[in-house]
Amino acid sequence: MADATPDFTPVTLITGFLGSGKTTLLQRLLLDPTLSDTAVLINEFGEIGLDHHLLERIDETMVMLQSGCICCTIRGELSTAIKDLHSRRECGLLPPFRRLVIESTGLADPFPILSTVRSDPVLRHHFCLGNVITTVDAVNGARQLDAQPESVKQVAVADRLVLTKTDLATAEAADRLTNRLRQINPGAPLLRGVEDDLDADALLSADDDGVERWQPADRHGLTPDDHHRHADDIRALALSFDEPVDWTRFGIWLTMLLHRHGNELLRVKGILNVADAETPVAVHAVQHLVHPPRHLGAWPDGDRRSRMVFIARGLDPALIERSFRAFSSVPHTANRSRGMRQ
Amino acid sequence: MCALCGVLGGTEHWTDAIARPGVFTRHTDAASRRRERMNRVAAANRVLSCYRMNLADWQGSAFVLSSATGKTEIVDNLAHLWMAAERLLGRPCDPLDEELIALMERERG
Repeated sequence: MADATPDFTPVTLITGFLGSGKTTLLQRLLLDPTLSDTAVLINEFGEIGLDHHLLERIDETMVMLQSGCICCTIRGELSTAIKDLHSRRECGLLPPFRRLVIESTGLADPFPILSTVRSDPVLRHHFCLGNVITTVDAVNGARQLDAQPESVKQVAVADRLVLTKTDLATAEAADRLTNRLRQINPGAPLLRGVEDDLDADALLSADDDGVERWQPADRHGLTPDDHHRHADDIRALALSFDEPVDWTRFGIWLTMLLHRHGNELLRVKGILNVADAETPVAVHAVQHLVHPPRHLGAWPDGDRRSRMVFIARGLDPALIERSFRAFSSVPHTANRSRGMRQ
Repeated sequence: MCALCGVLGGTEHWTDAIARPGVFTRHTDAASRRRERMNRVAAANRVLSCYRMNLADWQGSAFVLSSATGKTEIVDNLAHLWMAAERLLGRPCDPLDEELIALMERERG
């Protein structure tokens, strides 16, 4: 069992506003053989139409699909459902799934779900946070971003964005929405559900390569003015600096910043050149929740500058930058470019 | 389990993550832990001095935070530091406060 199951099972969250195509995306993913070692927690069996793909009904809340994927509905508390899955796996009653995918409800704020995995005294010793995948409807997405704060937050915290229903929207509307999504979250790779051949493994994978993937998108997605543009009162700030970061001072600063402004800092992502560390360190935070910093095997592209992206609501990006530099003792001669070097 | 309060399994703070594959931490051996702890106290005091507060290590297992008026509070880790500092100070500790940033910039030289 120990060989078959990783020490920490990554948890991927699929979120997106009501009718944004979460279920359709899941239907596609569930049939993929890549998910043969995956357990999926969904809201309702009925919505997803699994009948043709059932291999075995384990009980009233759990089924196994022909692909080997375990599919389970959430009844009551999410933490109880995950613990039940974990317990059955440990007892050998379920195949040793290597990752868990959770479908959130359309109105859900993703933060409490992520917080459950990180804070629950049992779950945090067996599960770790993987990707947040957010679906956005090309037809209604812009309206939902205008009217629904949860929708903006779902986009801001995403590690992968999937634009759905592009076949039903005009090319101009889809492009406008794409630009808007890039302004809110410049770091997340954006895929088109209809046109792109979605690679389930790449979508769900949260390994070191994930950090490499968001950087090229940053470089090309940001223009020097982007961080000062208003997008739903949410602004993205991309910082880069040549000199190594003092890890201890950085820890003091980010902890202080998240303590005071965690509710407004929707997402912090960074790859840092830490003084006296040979390889880069990846930092990810969603509001008050900071993932354990990851030590990457190598620099993604030979560029050894530290790079950080902050997605914040109502905070002044210039102040965040000034504060970071003052607290982390970055000399004044540092590279002042905020966007990524082309 | 904490022998004093009986809490099962302490909360792991990201700045002090338990050493495991892939995770960046200085929580590796006794010497590194001790060195990092001293660095952390010095780095925190660099900021806390702007509020006329001071942090000291307490037996290598916690920290003691003191205000200029002599009020003290024991804090476990960085997660609790700023909460305690604000309690002793009676006002927010905001790293985006321009006055504080100016002080830090001046200190940086």
